[in-house]
Parts: sequence; C-alpha cells; structure tokens
Amino acid sequence: MSNVEKHHLLNARQMASFAVNGYIQLENLVPQELNEAAHAEQKAWKGPGSYWAGSKVIQEIFELPQVKGVLQSLVGSEPVYDHSALHVVPAQYHVGQAYHADSVIDTRPFGFDIQAFYFSHDTPEIMGPTLILPGSHLHNKVNTASIARYKNIIGQRKLVSKAGTIGFLHNDIWHCAQPNYTDETRYVFKLRLRPGQEQRGLFNMDDYKGPEVAAEFRNYHAFAGNDSRLTQIAGAKFYRYLCGDDRVDFSFEGVLTRMGL
Amino acid sequence: MSKTRQQILILHLADSSLESHTVAWALYDGAKSKDELQMNTGDSQTPPYRSVLDAMRDGWNVLQLPTMPVYRSGFEHELGALPYEYVLERKVTIDE
Ligand SMILES: [Fe+2]
Repeated sequence: MSNVEKHHLLNARQMASFAVNGYIQLENLVPQELNEAAHAEQKAWKGPGSYWAGSKVIQEIFELPQVKGVLQSLVGSEPVYDHSALHVVPAQYHVGQAYHADSVIDTRPFGFDIQAFYFSHDTPEIMGPTLILPGSHLHNKVNTASIARYKNIIGQRKLVSKAGTIGFLHNDIWHCAQPNYTDETRYVFKLRLRPGQEQRGLFNMDDYKGPEVAAEFRNYHAFAGNDSRLTQIAGAKFYRYLCGDDRVDFSFEGVLTRMGL
Repeated sequence: MSKTRQQILILHLADSSLESHTVAWALYDGAKSKDELQMNTGDSQTPPYRSVLDAMRDGWNVLQLPTMPVYRSGFEHELGALPYEYVLERKVTIDE
C-alpha cells in the first residue's frame, strides 16, 4: 500500500470519536456499481477458499483511495492481512448471535487490529446489521464469549447501513450478528488487518487538540454506569497513543496529568 | 396437572445500590419450550425494570447480589465485564 493524499485520511475529530466509541461508520465510501458487482458475486459465491482471494471486485474496493485513507489512519500504510470472512445471515433467520469479542482476549496495551465491515447492499434494521456496543473496546478484559450472557445493553447500536457503507471496528469491541426478518439473505464482508507499524500519528493531525476533539470526550458511556469516568479516561489515554503525544489530555478532571498516567 | 418453571432475569445496575438504574438486562425463560425463541440480543432498547428494587416490587426474588468491587493496586483502572450483576428469579406455572 502506498501513501494516500491527506484529504483521504481520518481527521482528528473522527479519530477522537474512534478512540471514544471503538468504531467509525462511513457511508458512501464505495460507488454503487462496485456495490452491485460485489453483491452479485456474494449471492453467487459458493466457495471453496476465501471470497477475498477469489474476488477482484472486493480487492478493488479496498484499494479505493477513500477506503485506503481510513485504513492508513488506523493501521498504517502497510497493514498485514489477518483474515477475512463473508458473513451470511439467511432470510428469516430469527436467532440473534450471542455477544462476544472476536478472537481471544488481546494483551496489547494499545495496539489493535481493524475489522472492516463492508455492506454491499442496503441493510436496514430488520435485515440484521451487526449490533455493537460503542465504547466496549475500552472494557477489554473480556475473552471471546465470556460476555455471552448479556442480551441487551444501554447504548447498543445496530450498524444500519446503505450499500457502500463500511464500518471500521476496533478488534476488542463487543458485538453480535442480528436476526434477519426479511426474505433476502444478508451479507457483510469482514476484513481483519493488523498494523504494519506503530499506530501513532497516522491520521490527519490538524487541530488534534482542538474544541471538536474536546467535544468527543464529553460523551460518557451509560452502560459503564459508575465506571463511566474510568471508561472516559481509558479513551483519553488511547487517544494519546493514537496521536503519538503522551501529553495531550482530554481525560475527566485531567486525571491522566494529575496522576501522571 | 400444573407444574412450575423458573425464569431468570439478570439485571446489571449502574452501581452497587439496588435502586441504581439498569444498564443491561437478559431474561432466560425456563417456561418456554426448546423451539420457542428466548430473549434475543439487541431486541429491546429500554429495560424491563428501572432498577432491581422495581423488579422486586413486581414479584421477582433476588438470588444473587454482586460482591463489592476490590481495587487492587496497579489494576484500579482496568475495565471488563459489567460489575453490578443481579440475578433474579420468578416461578411461573405451566400446564402440562
Ligand atoms: Fe464476531
């Protein structure tokens, strides 16, 4: 991957939102003719092997400069392919998947993988777009299905999407597939990428200490209850890492500075 | 002949008070047959009760109170699963 033009990178407000919420969902990233081509392929796909390896269309989508710009902001200009999957929820499949975090508990203090969720077709709420819990990437001392007991959590959000939307998810975020109440199969293509370099200062850093960034850190996650201040502080600390500036401090009461964290 | 079955309601609260507000909820209903749907992930946006105390007022019995958190030095800011988990039970009658 080569470097993209600066205007394709995530800006500081978007990166702060990613630090706080653990995902960024971008509409209209992929033009409609590519969405239609990908959707047609996905409907016809029978395997064997990986859809990613077998499809020129999906690789073309992830080479689009506006897609590469987001990926470069998160995992650098030379990310490492981890794995991919074409996730399918059959028509009228009414059982929601259990809450989980993918893979196994991640021991990296700040480094992370990105899971891009590409929607090739319109995916309204009744079709089962992936359910996520914003901010849960900061509650990362959970392992795979250790949270499977949970059914509904305040603040949970379905990634309702138009064709051409990609959700970029932190690998620690709590999520699950959802029931499909339509007569159409639901497809989402997931691509997991590892960083190829330290994930510091990879985005468009203009105004990274500015008021728009500060506003993102005024959002507290209700699901965390009494711990929501700790969650906010964890997000502020994560943002320091993403900025490559260990002095920028948007934490509650400046706790990171107060305690020298 | 009628028999009873157990329903388990799990409520996660904002803090250690039984009156604090519900932040997560799950129902496991032993009165439903194997082919009936249980509560699904993501199927509701508002909790069935605002607090554990509200659920008690509606006839639920508390089986488990969470123990108070212990903050070990060096790990005070670590975050994971929801800490204030209450398990409640109700018995319902089924016809067989
Ligand atoms: Fe998953």
